[in-house]
Amino acid sequence: MFPASFEYHAARSVEEALDFLTKYGDDAKLLAGGHSLIPAMKLRLASPRYLIDIGRVPGLSGIRIDGDTLAIGALTVHVDIVHSDLIRQRVPGLSDAAGVIGDVQVRNRGTIGGSVAHADPAADFPVILAALNASFVAVSPSGKRTISVDDFFLDFYTTALAPNEVLTEIRVPLPPSGAGTAYHKMAHPASGYVVVSAGALVDRDSSGRCSSARIAIGGLGSGPLRAKATEAALHGQSLTPEVIAAAASKAADGANADDDVYASAEYKRHMATVLVRRAIDKASKK
Amino acid sequence: MNEEKLKLTITVNGVEHEAAVEARELLVYFLRDRLGLTGTHVGCDTSQCGACTIHLNGRAVKSCTILAVQANGAEVTTIEGLARGDTLHPVQEGFREKHGAQCGYCTPGMIMTAVHLLDKNPNPTEHEIRHALEGNLCRCTGYVNIVEAIKWAAEQIEK
Amino acid sequence: MTTQHAPAGLIGASIRRVEDPVLVTGKGRYVDDVQLPGMLHMALLRSPYPHAKIISIDASAAKALPGVAAVLTGADINLNIPSPVMIPGQKIPPHPVLARGAVHAAGAPVAAVVARTRALAQDAANLIEVEYESLPSVVNAEKALEPGAPLAREELDSNVCYTAIKKGGDVDKAFAEADHIVRMHIASPRQVAMAIEPRGAVANPEPTGDLTVWLSTQSPHRVRADLSTALGFSEHRIRVIAPDVGGGFGSKGPLYREYVLACHFALKLRKPVKWVATRSEDFVTMIQGRDQAMTSELALKRDGTMTGLKVRVVANLGAYLCSNTAGPPQRMMAMAPGCYQIRNVHVEVVAVFTNTVSTGPYRGAGRPESVLNIERLVDQAARELGIDRLDIRRKNFILSNQFPYKTAVGVEYDSGAYEHSLDEALKLSNYDDLIRRRDAARARGELVGVGVSTFVEPSGGAGFESGTVRVERTGEITVLTGSSSHGQGHETMFAQIAAEKLRVSMDHVAIRHGDTLAVQQGVGTFGSRSAVMGGGALVIAIDRVVEKSRRFAAHLLEASHEDIVQTDGGFAVVGAPDKKVTWRQVAAAAYGRPVKGIEPGLQETVFFDPGREAWGFGSHVALVRIDRETGATKIEKLVLVDDCGVIINPMIVEGQIHGGLAQALGEAFCEQMIYGDDGEVLTSSLVNYAVPHAENMPPLILGETVTPNPFHPLGVKGVGEAATNGAPSAIANAMMDALAPLGIQHIDMPFTAPKLWSAIQNAPGVHKTS
Repeated sequence: MFPASFEYHAARSVEEALDFLTKYGDDAKLLAGGHSLIPAMKLRLASPRYLIDIGRVPGLSGIRIDGDTLAIGALTVHVDIVHSDLIRQRVPGLSDAAGVIGDVQVRNRGTIGGSVAHADPAADFPVILAALNASFVAVSPSGKRTISVDDFFLDFYTTALAPNEVLTEIRVPLPPSGAGTAYHKMAHPASGYVVVSAGALVDRDSSGRCSSARIAIGGLGSGPLRAKATEAALHGQSLTPEVIAAAASKAADGANADDDVYASAEYKRHMATVLVRRAIDKASKK
Repeated sequence: MNEEKLKLTITVNGVEHEAAVEARELLVYFLRDRLGLTGTHVGCDTSQCGACTIHLNGRAVKSCTILAVQANGAEVTTIEGLARGDTLHPVQEGFREKHGAQCGYCTPGMIMTAVHLLDKNPNPTEHEIRHALEGNLCRCTGYVNIVEAIKWAAEQIEK
Repeated sequence: MTTQHAPAGLIGASIRRVEDPVLVTGKGRYVDDVQLPGMLHMALLRSPYPHAKIISIDASAAKALPGVAAVLTGADINLNIPSPVMIPGQKIPPHPVLARGAVHAAGAPVAAVVARTRALAQDAANLIEVEYESLPSVVNAEKALEPGAPLAREELDSNVCYTAIKKGGDVDKAFAEADHIVRMHIASPRQVAMAIEPRGAVANPEPTGDLTVWLSTQSPHRVRADLSTALGFSEHRIRVIAPDVGGGFGSKGPLYREYVLACHFALKLRKPVKWVATRSEDFVTMIQGRDQAMTSELALKRDGTMTGLKVRVVANLGAYLCSNTAGPPQRMMAMAPGCYQIRNVHVEVVAVFTNTVSTGPYRGAGRPESVLNIERLVDQAARELGIDRLDIRRKNFILSNQFPYKTAVGVEYDSGAYEHSLDEALKLSNYDDLIRRRDAARARGELVGVGVSTFVEPSGGAGFESGTVRVERTGEITVLTGSSSHGQGHETMFAQIAAEKLRVSMDHVAIRHGDTLAVQQGVGTFGSRSAVMGGGALVIAIDRVVEKSRRFAAHLLEASHEDIVQTDGGFAVVGAPDKKVTWRQVAAAAYGRPVKGIEPGLQETVFFDPGREAWGFGSHVALVRIDRETGATKIEKLVLVDDCGVIINPMIVEGQIHGGLAQALGEAFCEQMIYGDDGEVLTSSLVNYAVPHAENMPPLILGETVTPNPFHPLGVKGVGEAATNGAPSAIANAMMDALAPLGIQHIDMPFTAPKLWSAIQNAPGVHKTS
């Protein structure tokens, strides 16, 4: 309940944050909303020597349209994504995912950037962002780069972000007007974290057949998993309940689930098929 | 050990405070131990129970998961700041009227969450009330009369 | 459903609580709110091992840390938690406040640090290095009885703490002559009480040499005595204050190691010392509930008449005995036959040490286990014999005209109306419609079930409770009760009794509790006892005060004391209402110039022992639906009819049932303390131990029957545990009813979605769906 001591620096700009990161290297951690880091620090599961608070850096918060992309500042809190009319209309699966993170208080304080940078395998955003083909803008002293979601989540609590990089923006391609998005989750009854979850982006052509689909699953591995067999089974098909069910039944193909105290691997794989089916169904009914 | 103190300016229940705090000091302990505002409680160490819920710049948050220094320059309302003199906030009154409190330990956090809900949604359905309480645990009331208390308060505010 | 039983009076009225203005404004005062000048803070280093030898401890870095006042390990301190012998032959291995030589459960404290701040104390504790040698451990009580099982306490020759038997009738004959025998094995999940306020202690050495201790406790006087024994410090020099206490549910009953340590440090350092548990610490050190495994046989005639019952209970006590650890299995035994006339009963308890957290009373404390056992047996018997579940219950109920009824295990139930209770529950649940809904759903292949439990619940508990009624000089009334509240609303409920009986307004009465300096010896609040025991003491003390007051009034009114009657606010001469005196005038006489023949003063203290428990009862009905695809359950209807005799405050009674129900649902669906096979704690915090949230509560219908307790001056019975006692069994029976078409006979709680899904997949004749 009492974090170990650390040195605290409030950065006033991204540049200043980068200076601190350069100075302190691996001993430093960035602090945004703190809703992933502080709980770990309270239990002394994390004891960074330097904490760089970017929570008040101007310009890192907010939701805007940038061409055909939704640009979300890394410091945008979950609740603002839940209630954004823009997101609710254009990417409802994203606001649905934001709406089932933690609880009201957590959503009022936790940030999307903090969540994805923490890369908890039981987090919600990574899964829906994988389905939405999002990308992540990172700034380092050597410049800015954009990392695709498929390259971003590397392992448990590990992303492609370098120690001297600051995540500044999450970019989500706006789905075409006929496409639907959805997120379904089975939450752990204690933690509220993902036991299994599914995110879906489903587009249809003028004849109503599936022209493209991106399906991602959470809870079955170290990070979001693409259900590629399901995606392939949807492609070019009319989205009847039978087609959706058949495609969803392949959702956990190749996935390595683990038994845990709450649920068996078999159950998680089964639930992946159920949640994927529900997510596709919802996304295709847009 | 780094016990260097950092300067903090914070407005709590309308009163501005200046203090020097250790970086690792959690906001909840700053409020409780420094300002003596012991109505904000600590019921867990994993950010689940919600007994420490306060309003930070108008939003309900868990003060156990925020460093005091992160609240530098912020406006905070605690349970002690809800009533106006002897006049209780309708949610506080509702908890009395409907037996929403038993041991009272979760109560301040519950009330702060409920006030936040009614600020955003003055006419919540029962489902919305229950959903809004997902970050607050109570072990005495089965939530039944907490929900009734919030409904009662919503009706009073409407009047 | 707030009813007024006596509209004219305070007893029976839903009075708003007098406690609440303080609590809703954040002005409650809990242990952690106590701040004293110069106060130091304590932190503990705890064993990560369930069972290990301590090879060495190096605390030098902790001692050297600036701001640290003292560090102790087991080598420095030889104090123990006292544990009474509750059962002859019971083994009582040492329960040291800091481990000496070995640890027997994960979480056992190994070293203690006192420092200037809590964070510093934690810093220092983390600097202590301990070398352990891991020993084999055992966490499951039934496995602990197997030959060759590791010894949980290596100083003993077996894992058995005690064996106890209760029996009556001729059980062998009953089973030999039985037409049918039902056999079941039922395990109740280990539960965490999880009062929202963690434990805490503030110990303050007084300049006089006395010791004041604020504790988050349900039993200030009992804990004070144990603290005195543990410390070797005079009981009468210790003042224990239980300020506002944030829930307990049994878990804040006993003395804990950390309380002794905080007091020890305070006395040694001559400074106030505070210790407040983190939630995670409470998960591994506070007594937990249930964890009893029952192997039972029920003998029946073909027509469903129950003739014999055999139960063998293996109770998991954990590694260390707290003062009340041995209690719940006893309770289990005393009520084994439930509300049925079973004349041949044999119940055996084998209480077992394991390398787990100590168990002890948790809301229900043996009652839910016992009800679960008999009610599952009865349902299974009905199924096996092809008899309706209601018919088999009615056929065997103890009848209203049979009370007081002495059971085969030698316990006397005071009163009951079990058929009436069941009828009320069936009516409120629209039972026939539930069965129709179930059958229609079942025809569609859905998993829907209806369950009933009919049960008894002893309340009041053994021992006594105290009450003092004092008329102050102004005529105002002070009540001192040994029944120390931790959220139940005593200050309201007792004031209702006192005000009505004394015929004054409630604000004329102040209820004081929770301070051993103010209150005479007392017991505390647990086991649904406050209204029964504290209420009984109070009402008799009131009678005595009134009786004495009539003599002062007679003196003042120059009348014969036989002619003095109570009026609102005082006394009058019978037939002459104008000839009256107020309480203030009576008090002035009591404390003024001596009145010949009457001892001065107006205060009476009663130590109340009714010599028997109060047997409440109820009938609960549940309708559940299980989603085949996910294993998730929805409760579609839940009806609780409880009978706690005369009701003092219906609003508070309903609140008790609501809260108990949430805990019952926790037991049924999500709560279980889980250990790995090698003893590691797998549910160590609220991140992995699930308790119900507001959204998990189903719609609820409460009903009541009122069968006054004929052996109690107020006619009351306890109700605090009613929902935890009855509801889990009704739900379990409903769940098994829902799963019956799949050929599933029994699954132990909690009914988590993954567990149910797996059971459905593996059920006889079910094709796998994935």
